[in-house]
Amino acid sequence: MSTPQPQSPQAAPAWQAAPGPSYAPAGPGYTSPIPIVPTHLGHAVASEWTKIRSVRSTMWTLGVFVLLVVGIGLLAGAVVSSSTSEGDLGDQTALSFGFFGILLGSMCIITLGVLTTASEYGTGMIRTTMVACPSRGRVLAAKAVVFFAVAFVVTLLSAGFVAVVHVGMLDQARRPTGEEWLKATVGVSLYVALLGLLSLAVGSIIRHSAGAITIMIGVLLAPLVIAIFMFSSSLEKLREALFQYSIPNQLGVFYAASLSESGPSGWDPLWIALGVTAVVLGAAFALLEKRDV
Amino acid sequence: MIEAVGLTKRYGDKTAVHNLSFQVRPGAVTGFLGPNGSGKSTTMRMILGLDNPTAGTVTIGGYPYRKLPNAARQVGALLDAKAVHGGRHARNHLLCLAQLSGIPARRVDEVLGVVGLQDVARKRSKGFSLGMGQRLGIAAALLGDPQVLLFDEPVNGLDPEGILWVRNLMKSLAAEGRTVFVSSHLMSEMALTADHLIVIGRGQLLSDMSVTDFISANSADFARVRTPHTDPALREKLTSALTEAGGHVLPEQDGALRVTGLPLPRISDLAHECDVRLWELSPHQASLEEAYMRMTQGAVDYRSTVDQKAGLQQPLPPGVQPPMPVPGQGQPGWYAPPPPQQGYAPPQPFQTPPAASYGAYGAPGAPGAAPAPGGANPYAAPAQAPAAQTPAAPSATPAPAPAPAPDAAPTKSEDAR
Repeated sequence: MSTPQPQSPQAAPAWQAAPGPSYAPAGPGYTSPIPIVPTHLGHAVASEWTKIRSVRSTMWTLGVFVLLVVGIGLLAGAVVSSSTSEGDLGDQTALSFGFFGILLGSMCIITLGVLTTASEYGTGMIRTTMVACPSRGRVLAAKAVVFFAVAFVVTLLSAGFVAVVHVGMLDQARRPTGEEWLKATVGVSLYVALLGLLSLAVGSIIRHSAGAITIMIGVLLAPLVIAIFMFSSSLEKLREALFQYSIPNQLGVFYAASLSESGPSGWDPLWIALGVTAVVLGAAFALLEKRDV
Repeated sequence: MIEAVGLTKRYGDKTAVHNLSFQVRPGAVTGFLGPNGSGKSTTMRMILGLDNPTAGTVTIGGYPYRKLPNAARQVGALLDAKAVHGGRHARNHLLCLAQLSGIPARRVDEVLGVVGLQDVARKRSKGFSLGMGQRLGIAAALLGDPQVLLFDEPVNGLDPEGILWVRNLMKSLAAEGRTVFVSSHLMSEMALTADHLIVIGRGQLLSDMSVTDFISANSADFARVRTPHTDPALREKLTSALTEAGGHVLPEQDGALRVTGLPLPRISDLAHECDVRLWELSPHQASLEEAYMRMTQGAVDYRSTVDQKAGLQQPLPPGVQPPMPVPGQGQPGWYAPPPPQQGYAPPQPFQTPPAASYGAYGAPGAPGAAPAPGGANPYAAPAQAPAAQTPAAPSATPAPAPAPAPDAAPTKSEDAR
């Protein structure tokens, strides 16, 4: 520190002073009066939080997500409550009608996940970011943390709201147990946020928003669509597996509204999503370190 | 201090930067010059750790960029003005960068003031003009108040006031003892801003010297001689007399002669001896721009050709001259003034009368048509030129490889007349 008062605001940009002999005597090298702090993940998280909240695409995708989850959820609840009488719902709980909204809404989370990473490549912002923070892994980790937190909280709030409304609305259905409550709110939110995290990793690998979104929509829908058109009996086993492990079916498991009886059950879909996301995110980290920005 | 040693970058089989070694010292503005596609930006990206070099190393203050502790506080860079998310407003863009390196948020408002964007701080950068984008990029570079600054084409899109501001900013940053490394393809801009020049072409080092050395090594003094328009024969007469006396004569577009190797009084004496009146005899210095063009002409990747409009032209009515081509269009080497050393130049008799020899709007400089002596035309065999003009031997000896180039150039210039 060559300057006696490092905090003085006048001391910071010495070149603001008009050109003239007002500069400090030019020795070899220059020392900034602003104190240099060692940086860590916390700084990167703060930066990513600023980034994610300061673009409109975040507001749009999350707004549409909430609209879909709550709107479709309430609509489904209203239709079911007006058209069923005592006993029609059998063993179903009121929570299971939240499924449709979450299924459609997950596309918004996928989009936001992809945009969190890929849009920086589209705009060129990634170069500015990587120059400011050459620890590339730290940047991706911060993105993952911030995005996961945002996606989880937003999903939890909307899914929880819909669940509470449904249970209040449909008193003819069976009362859900504690674990069913947990699965239909926290469980499904974790699953959707993981799906978004997977999209974030894919976005970082593909580096192209439209391409990565297409891939993720394909991952979401293709297994189910392919399975529907597998008529041949020799493919019966494959068809069954595609059905069971398709993302819509795994989402349904959280609501006990699975499309098939066997296959993943309980909390299985969460572990599957966790495994797949960990692998893809690991690949994203490795590629990020290795490739040119 | 930036130090590159044997820096090489290949993309597939294309070598963008080859074996580049240089140092950028603190306390001075170092200009980084080269034609489009010569590897300036690639080099900058390698300095900043964005691209990994295929071979060689580049360090800042002794560290590779990615190993620098809190890099943003030591190095600031303007890479390209569009490297921002257009949907984010200027202040938030800088704020997220400040947070990333632990810079207090009030510093953001300071740099916004420094670059003059305080009034549009809350406007989305999508709507910024190119000049405003450059200012935002410069703000980002200054954010960390760093010791080392890199600017890639900082004056692109700036208005004259902005250019002046950038020029003074660079100088004052260097005067504070910082390392300032500025790339540009405008020699004229660098001549005003830089203290030191690093010139590259096709990814290889062409020159690494101070601006004053560059000027004295590369700018050739010449005399402009004009004989009466009314009598072309006088011109021929004077040309042969000057050539015999050891001068080197280049015809110019407007009929004047560019003479090197002879002092002005001697030219006057010679003209008097052969009884030629002079309408003009004036001393000139080739601009730095021309010196730079000559140095890099063999290394230009993207060069325009004459727009032939083949088959689209109406036959000219009889007696109408085809239009004069604009000088410099599609004529490699037109720009090149003779290099400072002229001793070897063989006498060049003039046989081309003015305005008679360009047939069909001819593109004398088109690669196929260019008379290339021994394949040494800089356009045809460009790889030789950079090798010969290494900084070790800037101008003292007649360089072997580019030597035929000036020969080729006048020949073409004659055709163009």
